[in-house]
Amino acid sequence: MTTTIARPDVRTRRPVLADPVPAPMPVPHATREVAGPPALLVEGVTKRFVVGRKRKPVVAVDDVSLHVGRGEIYGLLGANGGGKSTLIRLMSTLLTLDTGRIEVFGHDVERDEMAVKRLINRVSVDAAFFKKLSPMENLLFAARMYGLPDATARAESIRILARLGISEKRLGRPTEQMSRGMQQKVAIARALLTSPTVLLLDEPTTGLDPRSKLDVQSFVEDVRTAHDASIVLTTHDLAEAERLCDRIGILDSGRLVVEGTAEALKTRVAVEHGRAPTLESAFMAWTGRSLDDDVEESGGEEDGDD
Amino acid sequence: MTVATRELRASYAFIARNFSLSRRYWGWELAFFVYALAGALAISFIGAAEGDPSLTFSLIIGAVFWNYLSTVFSFIAETIAWERWEGTLEYTMMAPVRRSSQLLGSTLYAVMYGLVHTAVILVVLVAFFGLDLASANVPTAVVVMLVGSFSIIGIGTMAAILPLLYVERGAQMTFVLQSVILVVSGVYYPVDVLPQWMQVLSKLSPATYILDGVRAGLLDGASVADVMGDLVPLAVMGAVLIPAGLWAFGRAERYAKRTGKLKRVG
Repeated sequence: MTTTIARPDVRTRRPVLADPVPAPMPVPHATREVAGPPALLVEGVTKRFVVGRKRKPVVAVDDVSLHVGRGEIYGLLGANGGGKSTLIRLMSTLLTLDTGRIEVFGHDVERDEMAVKRLINRVSVDAAFFKKLSPMENLLFAARMYGLPDATARAESIRILARLGISEKRLGRPTEQMSRGMQQKVAIARALLTSPTVLLLDEPTTGLDPRSKLDVQSFVEDVRTAHDASIVLTTHDLAEAERLCDRIGILDSGRLVVEGTAEALKTRVAVEHGRAPTLESAFMAWTGRSLDDDVEESGGEEDGDD
Repeated sequence: MTVATRELRASYAFIARNFSLSRRYWGWELAFFVYALAGALAISFIGAAEGDPSLTFSLIIGAVFWNYLSTVFSFIAETIAWERWEGTLEYTMMAPVRRSSQLLGSTLYAVMYGLVHTAVILVVLVAFFGLDLASANVPTAVVVMLVGSFSIIGIGTMAAILPLLYVERGAQMTFVLQSVILVVSGVYYPVDVLPQWMQVLSKLSPATYILDGVRAGLLDGASVADVMGDLVPLAVMGAVLIPAGLWAFGRAERYAKRTGKLKRVG
């Protein structure tokens, strides 16, 4: 198995594949080349958890380095327990780093936590709300925490949810009466409401019906275009990753084993491993497992949605 | 928007959210109110059975003001536990809100909720037992309650840490702590009747001083100056416990982020 961990170039902070792609491949959506720090910089990040007493720490994220350019959608693929959600939580300031550093537009997630919090938002696989409250009450609560005026928050909530196919008259009833797909759309609206410049989407379409999945996917594309947002997307859906992501990184047991555009990965797996030029083959080739596999030794924090 | 405005707005977010929750759970609110009222009545009837108006009034004060203190304490202490139950804890913790603003919002709502709840119960009980408040010094009781609230907020903030540190048992621990405060604070009896070791605990409980000061004001007509012996310990406890609670909360949050305990739902 070839392992090519991406390391950032010292001058440009762009990751350089240790084993470069044979030929340059087109990037689906060119990231904007602007001066200044990248939208997201992850450098040498490791996170361990101790599960139970007298047990050796489990390494959930192992020396991961990557960067996400402004306006870029970066996909993270990995089996359950592979470290995707832990990495997202580290970026979200919900976990502290053992080693390494993460910066959002030059702000360190640990030293400048409040500034980072104002720039990011996150959607996770579980649409967590106060279930008795209506979607509008939940959204207003979120908006107020981020300092948005109520009138703006109401108008934006209605606009975003209408774009996702949820009508205004649906927003006054308890959230618990909504389907899983509708709740997930409200969760996406909650994240978008605060106009994050970095949006962390942790399996946002897992468990959704095909129609809702398409709604969310096309909305993600709109968000990148209209809001100038940089997005990290974790997913189990290879077609989704191929459709949405400018570049894809594959995590295996907490390590970033390869990254590149979908086309580059497909070409490499065909050239280097003699396999069919698909993302599924690429995933199998670099991890030795199927995307649906669960990693046995999952971290203490990785028991649900990774 | 200035930092202060933003933080006040964030505090308001928690007040508005908690009000919405009370409104949405109105059936439970009604049930809890009836239970609290029935409990206060049942205890006060012990005084009526003895034919001792002073004892009845003392029990009413214990029942009513314990209702206030326990309501404020549990609202603050369960701030984190609620979010765990709903699964929203991570979203709240990653919002750009200072913990002091979050706790201020939760605390203000708890105090407002507790005052309304308690005032209604007090009015019902006073009317029910036909109590004469002519000789009571109400301002003294109000001052003691206000000063005492700070220390209860401080203890509540410290108790709120427990669900942050212990995913499942934290809420149980806050419940046990509240029960201990009830037993040692002389809510329904003088603390002199407690065993010596429990009397030591009673001196550490702000509820002891609050109930003592309120009783002195309402039963004996004591002035604010007369209850300085209660007010000084309460002021000291408030001044120490609130900053200590905020500091400890920050440490606990850091620990939860290091160990991944923000994620788990209770």
